[in-house]
Amino acid sequence: MKILVALKRVADPANHNKVKIPASGDRIDTAGLEWQINPFDLYALETALRLTENGKNPKKREGEVVVLTIGPKETETNLRSALATGADRAIRIEAVDEELDGRLVAHALAKIVEEEKPDVVMMGKQVVDSETNMVGQVLAELLDWPMATFAATIQEQPDGLLVEREVDGGVAKVKVTLPAVVTVDLRIVSPTSVRSKHTEAGFKYPYEEVRFAPLPAIMQAKKKPLAIKNLSELTPDLKSTTRYVKYEAPPGRKAGIKVKDVQELVQKLATEAKVI
Amino acid sequence: MANVLVVAELTETGAVRKTTHNAIAFAQQAGGGFSILVLGDKASAAAQELTGFGAEKVFACEDASLGAYVAEHFAPTVAEVAKQGFRLVVATASSFGKDLLPRVAGRLDGAYAGDCASVTSNGGALTFKRPMFAGNAFGYCQMSTPIQLATCRQSEVDPAEPTGGSSPVESVAKVAPGAAASRIQHLGVATVKSERPELGEASVVVSGGRAIKEKFFDIMNPLADVLGAAIGASRAACDAGYAPGDYQVGQTGKIVAPSLYIAIGISGAIQHIAGMKGSKTIVAINKDAEAPIFQLADYGLVADLFQAVPELAQELAKHKAAKG
Ligand SMILES: Cc1cc2nc3c(=O)[nH]c(=O)nc-3n(C[C@H](O)[C@H](O)[C@H](O)COP(=O)(O)OP(=O)(O)OC[C@H]3O[C@@H](n4cnc5c(N)ncnc54)[C@H](O)[C@@H]3O)c2cc1C
Ligand SMILES: Nc1ncnc2c1ncn2[C@@H]1O[C@H](COP(=O)(O)O)[C@@H](O)[C@H]1O
Repeated sequence: MKILVALKRVADPANHNKVKIPASGDRIDTAGLEWQINPFDLYALETALRLTENGKNPKKREGEVVVLTIGPKETETNLRSALATGADRAIRIEAVDEELDGRLVAHALAKIVEEEKPDVVMMGKQVVDSETNMVGQVLAELLDWPMATFAATIQEQPDGLLVEREVDGGVAKVKVTLPAVVTVDLRIVSPTSVRSKHTEAGFKYPYEEVRFAPLPAIMQAKKKPLAIKNLSELTPDLKSTTRYVKYEAPPGRKAGIKVKDVQELVQKLATEAKVI
Repeated sequence: MANVLVVAELTETGAVRKTTHNAIAFAQQAGGGFSILVLGDKASAAAQELTGFGAEKVFACEDASLGAYVAEHFAPTVAEVAKQGFRLVVATASSFGKDLLPRVAGRLDGAYAGDCASVTSNGGALTFKRPMFAGNAFGYCQMSTPIQLATCRQSEVDPAEPTGGSSPVESVAKVAPGAAASRIQHLGVATVKSERPELGEASVVVSGGRAIKEKFFDIMNPLADVLGAAIGASRAACDAGYAPGDYQVGQTGKIVAPSLYIAIGISGAIQHIAGMKGSKTIVAINKDAEAPIFQLADYGLVADLFQAVPELAQELAKHKAAKG
């Protein structure tokens, strides 16, 4: 199976409460935060690796995993770390973050899919900075491919993928025939969530969330192929159609009081907050 | 011709889901009049439920193949109806809206703004307010495609109330889907049956964290019962399997804003806070006095949850009995 994984870098998600918005409101200042791969995209990469290996012998790749990002030169660091984790090769599409929107990203991805002809495009359900949650769905429509968004488990079958999707009120089960677009949700990285046709019965991944690259792999990753393309050549007639005109900080919330026991809590809820 | 097209969301049995009323209110914010599109195998009956909200028209696309929601079957018809002069297509940012509307955007080559808190119209130009960075910023965006698409955050837009009147219902035929539809099979939805209110709509939510472990429902049920509350959970509690995945409250789960939110054994990671900080009154019960959740709780109780929560359920029951 050949899988294309779309990765985007974001400012350190665990510290999003440290972003600053200048009085002019013309931008969000993420200075001081480190760039990392969007967590959901790390999960998408982990999923792609699991689908192309026998978990017991993860050194041998059964198929190919190609990682791709649309962004500036510095994102090559993130691509190299994805290569170190196990991806075979990388593609970077040169672009400035500010000139992108979800529609444009989807169009650019569609062009790469035409060239690369993967069986699956694996992506995060959303980026955690702009929280758009659209690229996978738009891409699937542009390609006229089936999609399985918010995937929590995936089981490879001879003729496609059986996917359990996390939806409001429960779990929806779909079967997609390849090629298809899959966007992953948090639970996809549980130890038994992904089963490829190479996964042995009863096999459980022995770690939480995603694998780490061993040091030698980090060295080897420097030699793996990384191709560079230009957004303006891929989608010459398109530009972003979404423009942010202003940013603003949300109203703050202050700590209240500590109550000494349950009785006091109930009394406060009844007489002060008046919510019971 | 109305300006905004609201895509209705139905339950598995074909009734109108409440999220549809939030989407109607969002369409009203955008101004300029609106119509509603209902798709389903019993769409005509559901359309009748929506004739009293002041829509110019209620379109009903009834087809046996639309009984279960599958984006590949729904999107072509939504796009076709949208092309009848609509400028904006909206739904609520439920798992339905978030799945479907971007796909429709792809078909119309329109721009899409997801999970909006509000929309304002200035001389017809629409500006959408969106939470970003785990609720640490709001961005105001404008889109420039002829047809625009947006979903609204349910907790930010109060549901529309019926205004009377009677919108005409118009049947529309299902548009033949593309190749994608023949390559996806819907095998069913496993729903967790519950008598409790839905998380997104409840006025009281009690959420449990990793600390409760296998006792999750033993501890949470009595408290939820006495409060008539919905039950939520942290990601860690869902990941560990103590609570179902769709109980997750947070940036990447459900966003809730009830009048009372009680966080039990939840540390208060920024992704969790993003999903509940809009609540009117926040209570936190945690044995660690330094837990970040206390920085935004109105009432904090530093205690062992296994003792405090059963006691709280009892005290609340007493209070209720005394109130009569
Ligand atoms: C991409 C991404 C998305 C995420 N999205 C979400 C999301 O939407 N929602 C979400 O919740 N999280 C989300 N998270 C996870 C988040 O970062 C935290 O890991 C998670 O919220 C922690 O859950 P918790 O508070 O239950 O567990 P912990 O952080 O382990 O906290 C447990 C708490 O219980 C307390 N405790 C322990 N024993 C007791 C006791 N006996 N009595 C009282 N208190 C006790 C401890 O003091 C501690 O504060 C996301 C993470 C990532 C990377
Ligand atoms: N600039 C980008 N480069 C590569 N992939 C991207 C980019 N932006 C978004 N994606 C992919 O699209 C997914 C959904 O993003 P979004 O729709 O923007 O929330 C992400 O999780 C990525 O997999």
